[in-house]
Amino acid sequence: MPMTLSEKIIARAAGKDSVKPGDIVTCAVDLAMMHDSSGPRMAGKKLDELGVPVWDMEKLVVITDHYVNETDEASMEMQRQADEWCASHNVKHFIKDQGICHIVLPEAGHVKPGMFCVGADSHSTTAGAFGAFMIGVGATEMTGVLATGEIWVRVPETVNIDVTGALGPGIAAKDVDLWLCGSLGIMGANYQVTEYSGLGVQAMSVQERMTLTNMAAELGAKTGIVAPDEKTAKALSEWGAGEVDVETWQSDADAAYAKTVQVDGANLSPQVAAPSSPENAADVAEHAGTPVAQAYIGACTGAKLEDLRMAAAVVKGRQVKSGMRFFVAPSSARMGKEAAAEGTLKTLEDAGAKILHSSCGACIGLGKARLEEDMTGISSTNRNFVGRAGPASSKLYLASPMTVAAAAITGEITDPREFL
Amino acid sequence: MSIIQGHAWKYMDNIDTDQLAPIGSYKGTSDEELAAGAVHCLRDMDPNFSKSVKEGDVFVAENNLGIGSSREAAPFFLKTLGIRAVLAKSFARIFFRNCFNIGLPALVCAETDKINSGDKLTVDPVKGIVENLTTGDTLISDSVPDHLMEMVAAGGLMAHLQKKLKRSA
Repeated sequence: MPMTLSEKIIARAAGKDSVKPGDIVTCAVDLAMMHDSSGPRMAGKKLDELGVPVWDMEKLVVITDHYVNETDEASMEMQRQADEWCASHNVKHFIKDQGICHIVLPEAGHVKPGMFCVGADSHSTTAGAFGAFMIGVGATEMTGVLATGEIWVRVPETVNIDVTGALGPGIAAKDVDLWLCGSLGIMGANYQVTEYSGLGVQAMSVQERMTLTNMAAELGAKTGIVAPDEKTAKALSEWGAGEVDVETWQSDADAAYAKTVQVDGANLSPQVAAPSSPENAADVAEHAGTPVAQAYIGACTGAKLEDLRMAAAVVKGRQVKSGMRFFVAPSSARMGKEAAAEGTLKTLEDAGAKILHSSCGACIGLGKARLEEDMTGISSTNRNFVGRAGPASSKLYLASPMTVAAAAITGEITDPREFL
Repeated sequence: MSIIQGHAWKYMDNIDTDQLAPIGSYKGTSDEELAAGAVHCLRDMDPNFSKSVKEGDVFVAENNLGIGSSREAAPFFLKTLGIRAVLAKSFARIFFRNCFNIGLPALVCAETDKINSGDKLTVDPVKGIVENLTTGDTLISDSVPDHLMEMVAAGGLMAHLQKKLKRSA
């Protein structure tokens, strides 16, 4: 029976020859990831209540990234609990304060095509960029995985997102995400998998593909996925994953999709999502001129090395508008170092950016770039729900790193193509 | 425990996890500390909710309830405040599973627009019937299989895991 890539991975993990959408199956988990907020203090503690060990220490990765840079007692206690739990359980893969889990996990060589993975965080979808099937779960669900190594799933339908042409200058994967949110809505792919394909995706770098799958979560999708290719293999090899199987993990040519959504990559305009939902996305022209007081390049969505390069290309040789707050928090420590070594961070700093710690930061309203009362910001993050990035009176626009950088220069929402 | 009776708290589409469990409200590391955060549930949208909700009440929404984060504090706060069933036209997937996993039945009901805040409801999750005693309407919801209701009654997935692990020991 022809299957999509996701169906093939689920069938393999469930020990079946084939599965079809709607089937309920129990899958063996190849990789489980949890962070300081969902992990040791929640799932870890519950596992201890059950009095059983982690089913397979090779397959667990604990990454601290949410409250790592906070100094209040509760946040510090959370970090202590992560340290203690990982030490007392001899956690083999404990990555402490090296950046955001969805970036750090593949960067540390843990993700490969064909894997069935769970993460105790909603943006666990990101690993789909490498042809893995990775779903977000809550802490109790994760406890079950830690105890048994299994999870039940209903096999989702796959939606084919066909990006028909290479993205034009000044357009990023983030614009594809926002366009999809605007056109399908934030439950447009509820319970489904979004598989990103087409010439536009083939032409994209691996880091841009991570931006695509990251925001599958904002379509309500169970996960997002991209079929692996030579670029995937090269990136994963550089990150220490070793040899990967690219050929097996492809959708069959005659696989059944719930539907195909075409994205006209070559003619897409920069997208901006107005407060307070990613689905309020529209062409940048609709919001051009809207004043903003802060521009933030950050999060798992929008501050990878290539995102930083995109922002740097826009601000190079220019100065942030007087009075603007412009913050950059690289997605991972490693990418931050790479950006520093090649001069990208200096370009951003010369323009007036302040570089912040690599952690979840202002995406979840933490750190120096938390929006203040009544403040309007624009950011390269994934969600702009009321009260997320700052107090309920603050307002947040979402856009690509280039569009955010352009706003830093002008102090208002601006088409970045004017600067490229 | 199968029949739930209480008053409805009715909200619209896309009630997200940042509304249900705002950042900073679920940093506690013990169950007691976590439960104390429930006063922040919906604080920006309906500050009256956490003050006035009663044991046995029913949380009702329209589409895509629980969109956003995987944080389990979102349904945990509802349960802590006394909510005993959640009804919506559709749910965000992680929130839906989190509800059952912590022992809170979540029912898909296409007719939640026939429920207003303050209506008195009885919910039978096994039969999939919601009676609106205030309007006299009888609404159909998805039903919850017996074995899943047993898990809910026992407090959620933890109780189920305890049983399962004991059996295999």
